[in-house]
Amino acid sequence: MSTAAAALPLDRRSRTLVTPEGVDLPLTLASRGARAGALLLDLLLVGGVLFALAALAVLIGHGLFAVDLTRARPALELLAVLGILVLFLARFGYFLLFELGPRGATPGKRALGIRVAARPGPGGSGRRLTAEAVIARNLMRDVEVFLPAGFLLTGGAEAGVTGAATFVWLAVFVLFPFFNRDALRAGDLVAGTCVVEAPRVALPAALSLVEDRSATYRFGPAELAVYGERELTVLEGVLRAGDPVAMRQVMEAICRKIGWEPGTGDERLFLEAFYAALRAHLERGLRFGRRRRDKFG
Amino acid sequence: MALMPSLPFFRAPEPAPPPEVEAASLRSDRFRLARETDWRRLEAIVSALERGRVRRISDTDLLALPVLYRQAASSLSVARETTLDSGTLAYLEALVRRAWFQVYGPRTGLFAWARRFLGGEWSAVVRALSAEIAIAVAVMLAGVAVGWLLVAADTEWFYALVPGDFADVRQPGATREALAGTLGGAEGNSLAVFATYLFSNNTAVAVLAFATGFAFGIPTLLLLVFNMALLGAMLWVFAEAGLAPEFLAWLSVHGTTEIGAIALAGAAGLHVGRAMAFPGERPVLAAAAEAGRRAALVMVGVVLMLAIAGLLEGYARQLVTDPGARAAIGGAMALFWLVYFGLLRRTPGKPSREDRA
Repeated sequence: MSTAAAALPLDRRSRTLVTPEGVDLPLTLASRGARAGALLLDLLLVGGVLFALAALAVLIGHGLFAVDLTRARPALELLAVLGILVLFLARFGYFLLFELGPRGATPGKRALGIRVAARPGPGGSGRRLTAEAVIARNLMRDVEVFLPAGFLLTGGAEAGVTGAATFVWLAVFVLFPFFNRDALRAGDLVAGTCVVEAPRVALPAALSLVEDRSATYRFGPAELAVYGERELTVLEGVLRAGDPVAMRQVMEAICRKIGWEPGTGDERLFLEAFYAALRAHLERGLRFGRRRRDKFG
Repeated sequence: MALMPSLPFFRAPEPAPPPEVEAASLRSDRFRLARETDWRRLEAIVSALERGRVRRISDTDLLALPVLYRQAASSLSVARETTLDSGTLAYLEALVRRAWFQVYGPRTGLFAWARRFLGGEWSAVVRALSAEIAIAVAVMLAGVAVGWLLVAADTEWFYALVPGDFADVRQPGATREALAGTLGGAEGNSLAVFATYLFSNNTAVAVLAFATGFAFGIPTLLLLVFNMALLGAMLWVFAEAGLAPEFLAWLSVHGTTEIGAIALAGAAGLHVGRAMAFPGERPVLAAAAEAGRRAALVMVGVVLMLAIAGLLEGYARQLVTDPGARAAIGGAMALFWLVYFGLLRRTPGKPSREDRA
């Protein structure tokens, strides 16, 4: 596992939130890629719905024209009013309403497992996400997303000096997240919010429920002293994944380390027994205040 | 210990009850098995809350939520010091985080929020921004003067200030009759469509005035000056034809509300810009966030005002053609807003804003 390479960018994004109960909760800021992807998904969704509604409106309008123009007029007006309101809601309402909900996320954000949170205060104290904050961050979205998009779509860049000036000005907003440590966009800054990962994790089965095999495999203190917590976590992952090839390799590696002769066909039994013994050993140390992070420490 | 909770909202097949606590050989796993039922109950409640199905959670579960949350949080603290099962730790961290977002989420419903907002919070926050409002109004008046003076000096300026589709017959040198015609009532236009369009368009302008305030308020000021210069130019054209009172009456029907809303939006933008430029003792981020939340409250009211202005502009102005009656409507609206913002105080003794702990 390339833990060192993978851990570095993750560490830069991890923050700590302290709940009022005094428990430290690790928070991971959403990556810029995930946020851009969520935005793209949301825009596609809104665009798709708008397109479908527009097609429907055209069909209805076509049918109305065929009937009788004077009689159909109120219906056409209603259609126009609804159209303007739908566009308005798509621009200002969609993100706002979804982020005000209990999940604090639009469908695009949910799909990527991220949500809006209030930025932790000084000392990491957790704050409530308020409605005002969500409103503020979504009003700012207008100059960050919709204006630049409209500018590009209408070919505003061809408008000479003013066009170039507008481009630079809008680029400041669009590129804002790349120039601060927390990947805040301007709306996050003004609202005091950030976007964090909000994974749903299932509770995996307990691993020490298998029958006790400490009589078959006896591991002495010297044999258990070769590994630390990081190796235990890797072993846990291998056991939970249950891939026979990986289990064989890990078993051979362990046996080489502790000077045992690996048998065949009992990889799972051996690894389970070793895992239980190592974890019991390390947790005993933990209870006495001795942590052993990895095999080096 | 564990009485099985009833979970009517839990659609997915219920997880099998955890094995007997004694079945685990590790002490940390026994710790986990003893608490697993409570964790799963908390998870089910949190899932239901996330789906917005508060009504389907039983009262006992809802009452148990804070207790279960604190238990899970303390389980997490203990587990961090005693267990090396990373699967359990990851689950607990995610669970406590999700529960934290629900327990410390926004608590008021939309209706209660609207009542509090209209019943004093909005006017209070508007009063708190009075310095910025004064600046915005001064800048807007300056904008009108600039527009007027520029066009008075050289009528060519009119075409630079007023976008083409806006101008139609209303341009320098137009006859009095042509200009008076534009101040008339409805000419078979669809009022509903017009009102909705105006609302949508004006809101976009107001949001822009707010959002660009982020850049230390400078674009907001430019936006206010430019939009009001347009008005000043138009005012000059009508004044030249001797129609200034009629034009002002025509404008005031919705203008007192709409221009008031634009002034508030500009003030909100300036408030954010001022906090970013001069954060004072606080860090810039904290100052910006505090100003941003206050400004957002103002902006919700601005959208409301613009909806009212859209209705006035789309209906009242088109149906009422007498200048006197128009001025009366506009004046009444202006008076209403002044009284609302100036006099409506939050009744003392009520709990103040939600704590932001």
